[in-house]
Amino acid sequence: MIGQITPLIGYLLVAALVFSIGLAGALTRRNAILVLIGIELMLNAANLNLIALWRYGPHPELLTGMIFAIFSIAVAAAEAAVGLGLVIQVHRHARTTDLDAINRMKG
Amino acid sequence: MQDAVLFTPQLKASPIAEILWLIPALPVAAAAVTALLGRSRRKTSATLAMVSLSFSLLLSLLAFAHVVSGWAHGAAVRETVNFTWMQVGMQVGTQSGAGSVDLGWVLDPLSAVMLVMVSFVSLLIFIYSIGYMAHEGNFTRFFCFLSLFAGAMLGVVAANSLLLLFICWELVGLTSYLLIGFWYERPAAVAAAKKAFLTTRMGDVFFLLGIVWLFAQTGTLLFYNHGAGSIEPTALAGLLAAPAALGLTAAGAIGLLIFCGAAGKSGQFPLHVWLPDAMEGPTPVSALIHAATMVAAGVFLIARVYPLMAAGAPLLATGVLTQAGRLAAGTTTALTVVTWVGAFTAVFAALIAVAQNDIKRILAYSTISQLGYMMAGLGMGGVAVGLFHLITHAFFKALLFMGAGSVIHGCHGEQDVRRMGGLRSDMPLTFLTYAIGMLALCGFPLLFSGFWSKDGILEAARHWSVARTPFYMLVLGVLLTAFYMTRQVAYVFFGYWRGSKSAQESPAVMTAPLGILAFFAMALGLIGTPAWPWFRAFLDGRAVGFMWRGFMEPGLLTLMAVSAAVVFLGLGLGWRFYGGQAPRPEEPDILEKTVPWAWAGLRGRLYVDEFYGVTVVAFYRWWARAADWLDRRLWGGVVAGVASLFGRWAGLSRFLDTNVVDGGFDKGCEELGVGGGLLARVQTGRVQTYLRILAGAVAALAAILIWSSRS
Repeated sequence: MIGQITPLIGYLLVAALVFSIGLAGALTRRNAILVLIGIELMLNAANLNLIALWRYGPHPELLTGMIFAIFSIAVAAAEAAVGLGLVIQVHRHARTTDLDAINRMKG
Repeated sequence: MQDAVLFTPQLKASPIAEILWLIPALPVAAAAVTALLGRSRRKTSATLAMVSLSFSLLLSLLAFAHVVSGWAHGAAVRETVNFTWMQVGMQVGTQSGAGSVDLGWVLDPLSAVMLVMVSFVSLLIFIYSIGYMAHEGNFTRFFCFLSLFAGAMLGVVAANSLLLLFICWELVGLTSYLLIGFWYERPAAVAAAKKAFLTTRMGDVFFLLGIVWLFAQTGTLLFYNHGAGSIEPTALAGLLAAPAALGLTAAGAIGLLIFCGAAGKSGQFPLHVWLPDAMEGPTPVSALIHAATMVAAGVFLIARVYPLMAAGAPLLATGVLTQAGRLAAGTTTALTVVTWVGAFTAVFAALIAVAQNDIKRILAYSTISQLGYMMAGLGMGGVAVGLFHLITHAFFKALLFMGAGSVIHGCHGEQDVRRMGGLRSDMPLTFLTYAIGMLALCGFPLLFSGFWSKDGILEAARHWSVARTPFYMLVLGVLLTAFYMTRQVAYVFFGYWRGSKSAQESPAVMTAPLGILAFFAMALGLIGTPAWPWFRAFLDGRAVGFMWRGFMEPGLLTLMAVSAAVVFLGLGLGWRFYGGQAPRPEEPDILEKTVPWAWAGLRGRLYVDEFYGVTVVAFYRWWARAADWLDRRLWGGVVAGVASLFGRWAGLSRFLDTNVVDGGFDKGCEELGVGGGLLARVQTGRVQTYLRILAGAVAALAAILIWSSRS
């Protein structure tokens, strides 16, 4: 059906692209919020992979990939909330969200 | 002598015998209660002691009356109450009492007489003490000890078991020690107390050995137990059959061991040194313990175990048994030793008493001498002879000591007779009673008890089958006694006052007991005259009647005349030397001027103390030094060696610890620190650096996976 219209490799390429964009954002940005956004992008790329591999996998009728993805989104939402909370606390504490300036846990 | 004893053992003890234990128990209980009282409860403590002892006296009199009434009905009373104290896991082959240690008490003429005497004299001395100790701070402590003493002494008397007797005996020794050292702030009193305790302990060690031996031989320590007691014929036969060393039978050897204990307590010759020093205690104590009762305990002990001492004596024909009840008993080794020691002590102590200046020391040596008489009387004449002198002596010597106490009290603590004098008019009551006591002690004829009791001993000595020497020794003792007592009385009561502060008569609480004792010092003689030997018959359980014939015995009147003459001679000599003009304290004694060489020796108490000083004491010093040296050098060296060994071992351990264990640990820590430092450099604290490494690692992993799946 849809899968036959668009081959699996297309989804995987899109996912890899989104992941790379996210990774690049997470690595290059100095602002913690933008790093978080990058991490979210990578997570979503992973979700996309889950859905795609489920849809083109041996048992597309079992809904396993979908359930997995929904759990993953829920966990990602919680993680984002925690992450943003942390960032706010760090900002309040250090008056900055620049990750290079926050290095007090250096060994 | 034991053939004359007709005691019928009664199986059922009478009520009074059943509660005989109360007599010693009451004063002991009073002592226990007094011990818990505070120092300020003077009246309570004295009342408690008085009341308990009064009850004891009452019970003693009841017991005495019971024994007398039984005797009057022709049955000599000997009632015992025994009980098992503890079981011991030993089987000795005798009829009963095997494997158990029994205690008990006995009511017989001997214990009845002694109970009455001890409780009566004690009560009088208690009353006297209230006056004498009136200014004493430790009044309650004094009465506590005094009550304990009275209880223990009554226990000695009532005991039917040699073990119980020994327990009370040691308690008596303890209270003696406590009371001699009552004024513990005086070094002399403390030393005297120690000396008394240790010296009597010397005798008690042998006594204890005798007890153990007796128990091993007979399996019982009861005196009387319905035929199964240790001094009843069955056991004695066994003891006679058992041989000991040096030709003695076991009976004789045990008897001698027990006599050692008696000699220690009663101040017989080799062990007499403690008694004069014991006068450091308060005077009522000297009167009660060191004159009337405790020192007589040794004599009583010999009287109690007399069947043992006399066991195996060849019995004389009954024809020698005269009407007056005097007989020359067959004798044994043990009794011979008792006699010789007693006779020697009698003369020896009397000699020393001549040259003493302390009023109490004179009396102390006199006591030793009289105890010698008692021992000799026991040895030669049997229980009744020795015990009669014990009873009469208890009264007149207590009287003399209390009189001396009254004198000391009146002279404000002065004890040197040379600083007294002329007290006849200042202290008339004391003088009168003291004179009675002094005449009784000298054995003034007919009127005084001492004459009769001493005569009994002399009579026994005259008939003694072994030797005549003790008789002459004792006669010499009589002469000396009269002499030194005259000297003392002349010094104290006659002449003129040589002290500083004038003397005054003591209060009635002190003189009243003196009067009572003075009465008995005279009257007691009546129960032991040859015409009416009531006391002797009572002790032996024989019938008695009054007959003038008693005096008609061959030689008796002569003896009495001789004894009276000797007494008069002594009194006359004493008066000749000291009557009228006693020397001033600074001047030498009259005897010193006459026979200076003898005086020096007697003044120095014949150097017995010095002799012990250079032998026994010096030996102990040397021994202690040797032990000290051994301790320091030998054992100390061993200990120090072991200690240094351990020290070295510890040093080695420490070296290993610091260098090996600690060093290794420190090195390890250092290395870990360096490693940690290296790793810490990776931890830049920049999250993105970590992420970068992570991404690189994932990319590398992916590349490896892809590359490996290709090939």
